Amino acid sequence: MPAFLLKRLMQSVMLLVIVSIVGFVVLNLIPGGPMAQYALDPGMTQEDMNRLAEQLGLNRPLWVQYLDWIWRLVQGDWGTSFRDGSPVLDVIGRHVFATLLLMGSSTVIAVAVGTWIGIRGATHRYSTFDYLATVGAMIALSIPTFWFGLIGIYVFSLKLGWLPAGNMYTIGDGSVLNYLHHLIMPSTVLALVHIAIWSRFMRAATLDAISQEFVKTARAKGVGERRVILKHVVGNALLPMITLAGVQLPSLLTGALVTETVFTWPGMGRLFLDSLGYSDYPVVMGLLIFSAILTIAGNLIADIVVALVDPRIRLA
Amino acid sequence: MSAHIHAVSAPEVALSVRGLTISLPKGMERAHAVENISFDLPRGQILCVIGESGSGKSVTANTIMGLLPKAIGITAGSIQLDGREIVGMGPEALRSLRGRVVSMIFQDPLSALNPLMTVGAQIDEAMLAHGVGTPTSRRERAIELLTEVGLPDPEVMYHQYPFRLSGGQRQRVMIAMALALEPAMLIADEPTTALDVTTQAQILKLIRDIQHRKGMSVMFITHDFGVVAEIADSVVVMEKGRVVEQGSASKVLRTPEHPYTKRLIAAVPHLTGEDRKPIPAKDAGPILKVENLVKTYRSGSALFRTLRVVPAVKGVSFEVAAGRTLGVVGESGSGKSSLGRLLIKLMDCDGGRILFDGVDIAPLSEPAFRSSRQKIQMIFQDPFASLNPRTTIGRILTVGPLAHGMAYAKAREEARALLDHVGLDAGAFDRYPHEFSGGQRQRIGIARALMFKPKLLIADEAVSALDVSIQAQILQLLDRVQRETGVSMIFITHDLRVASQICDEIAVMQKGEIVEQGPPSQIFLNPQSDYTRELVAAIPGERPQGQKPEAAES
Repeated sequence: MPAFLLKRLMQSVMLLVIVSIVGFVVLNLIPGGPMAQYALDPGMTQEDMNRLAEQLGLNRPLWVQYLDWIWRLVQGDWGTSFRDGSPVLDVIGRHVFATLLLMGSSTVIAVAVGTWIGIRGATHRYSTFDYLATVGAMIALSIPTFWFGLIGIYVFSLKLGWLPAGNMYTIGDGSVLNYLHHLIMPSTVLALVHIAIWSRFMRAATLDAISQEFVKTARAKGVGERRVILKHVVGNALLPMITLAGVQLPSLLTGALVTETVFTWPGMGRLFLDSLGYSDYPVVMGLLIFSAILTIAGNLIADIVVALVDPRIRLA
Repeated sequence: MSAHIHAVSAPEVALSVRGLTISLPKGMERAHAVENISFDLPRGQILCVIGESGSGKSVTANTIMGLLPKAIGITAGSIQLDGREIVGMGPEALRSLRGRVVSMIFQDPLSALNPLMTVGAQIDEAMLAHGVGTPTSRRERAIELLTEVGLPDPEVMYHQYPFRLSGGQRQRVMIAMALALEPAMLIADEPTTALDVTTQAQILKLIRDIQHRKGMSVMFITHDFGVVAEIADSVVVMEKGRVVEQGSASKVLRTPEHPYTKRLIAAVPHLTGEDRKPIPAKDAGPILKVENLVKTYRSGSALFRTLRVVPAVKGVSFEVAAGRTLGVVGESGSGKSSLGRLLIKLMDCDGGRILFDGVDIAPLSEPAFRSSRQKIQMIFQDPFASLNPRTTIGRILTVGPLAHGMAYAKAREEARALLDHVGLDAGAFDRYPHEFSGGQRQRIGIARALMFKPKLLIADEAVSALDVSIQAQILQLLDRVQRETGVSMIFITHDLRVASQICDEIAVMQKGEIVEQGPPSQIFLNPQSDYTRELVAAIPGERPQGQKPEAAES
């Protein structure tokens, strides 16, 4: 087990290095580069531009820039935003709570609802419920998230007036209830597509487990059907789902990007789009690394959880 | 009066099945899984239900357990279990009988235990499900049970996960679980079929001992008359959902009446102890000469101290004469299948020489070996998995020769001729694998191998997945093919009885080494090594004449 952990940790670090290199190179390949926004300013002369480039260290070879940047990054200096001069980590810190709140709540909704639909679809295979769930999942997967967001706003905010159309809280009201009220629609909309994916995989995993011999053994012992499903079938079906949860994390993050824009949610997704618009490269690179860390950590945690839960790996 | 008769008969008969008919959903190959079957299991006896695949024996067992799939229903008849009528019983009433009045053990112990629960927790659950005992009393009982089924260190075993246990040990756990509430009746569905022959002998002895000790009634489902001879008091023979014959074990085995029973018994391979009549040899010397072959499996890496080194084949040497058959027998993990894969170069060896037709093929690269590959062909174990379900038989047969440059018209002609040769209609050429039975598919597999006019055939457990009567036909076919084409054969099997039918020489493998090699007469009648003696002694139903099986004596 410790050997396994060490190995996975080293793999994760390697992966992070590769992601950072690719991200850095790609961002610098974009036409214009970090200086593009200044080039449009009529008051800037070529001399000013050169001076600025030297100040920002942008006139050095790319690999030197990368090494410099990554070395500072490791030491906790993620650079400063071009936009307002505040440290990148602070900028990300201001937005991270909103995104984690949105991602966390929609994960809870997606896993809970998706698991339930998946199990019920498998235990009542080819029933009306199963067919409706299949069709529902297809619909949720084929219609883009922003459309659901817009329809949601139209129905629940404009017509019915039950839910707020955007923002994380009403200014001046910081109560938990107010946050929850604002959270309902974005998290549900973001969860929709994940419910669809999760329920399909859960159904397949449950069907897989339900046909295993040990399920028959449990029934032959006289174990009640409820316990057979919950303990023997679901227990085994959830194993591959843990890995799936780790893999799903990045798509949740990209989904948050769209959802945050639709609901004017003050999270990292909005920050990312805004920073791209301003060519605020240090913040964009910071967000890239941050989401890479989040994704890789998610996969790592999923692997560790699987290893802890499955005795065949834990004790091997 | 009838009530009176009922009251007397109930304690004497553990199970009474009368006129049972179970229908299958429409569109299946026949309308009924079982049709109008009747039999009794007297209390304290072992009843063997024997039949080939599709005979309805497992459906019968599942019905008695109340574990039939929803799509299949009982249409008529009655099942009296320990004096209770269970046909028409509700699901909850049936559940309360399972594990308490009747228990069941299954064929494959490797998949019959929940991998995420400890052995102890699974035995505990058998009692918990019926609300019996307290956690402490259940724990004591579980350890008592583990001791009873002969598992070492019951206290340690209680906390073990199934993956740590061997197949035989897991089957013992299954038996412990089934016995937890001292049920009146035990149903064993082919409980030893997936086990090695020596383990099989131990498990059969365990079931017999426990049945004696507790006076339990056992319904034992099997396809193997050897097993019947070993443990049965009475026998029910089933064919295509009907009972064709029943009676005491000695009567059915010695004087079978129904033609199907006679055919089944005749098809059971017996240890002949006689050597095969040699085919007039061309005296061309050995076709294959293996010298000191070595293969070691490695996994993990030394860096993380997870390196695992498993020696699979340890310095094996043998020869196969042209036109003769060498049997390689051994239990699981003996390295016999690894050996087969090395010979056909599906995997590279770590040392030693493989002289095929005088050329050492062991060091050859894939392109250099390619022209010789045609001359060594393999017949696989699973006729269902080894044929691509999406291609026609014609394509399966011709794709190889075409790749090696044969003209299509010629390949098709040869394929049709070969199909006829292995006993299939030439029309099979345009059909798909799912249209054929297991035995027919194995014939296709043989035809496929013969398309290349090989000099050496390697058959890896080629008849293990087949029913005995089909098995006998395939063995005859292989024998005929060899006599007609003079092909040499290496026949890898775990079944000594099968090996005795077809081999000129037999090599016994244990833990990667050949412990004994010789003609069948030596291996079976005069074995030289202890391991071979042990293997031969463990073969079910094979005892020196005049000695009765133990179960029949009492």
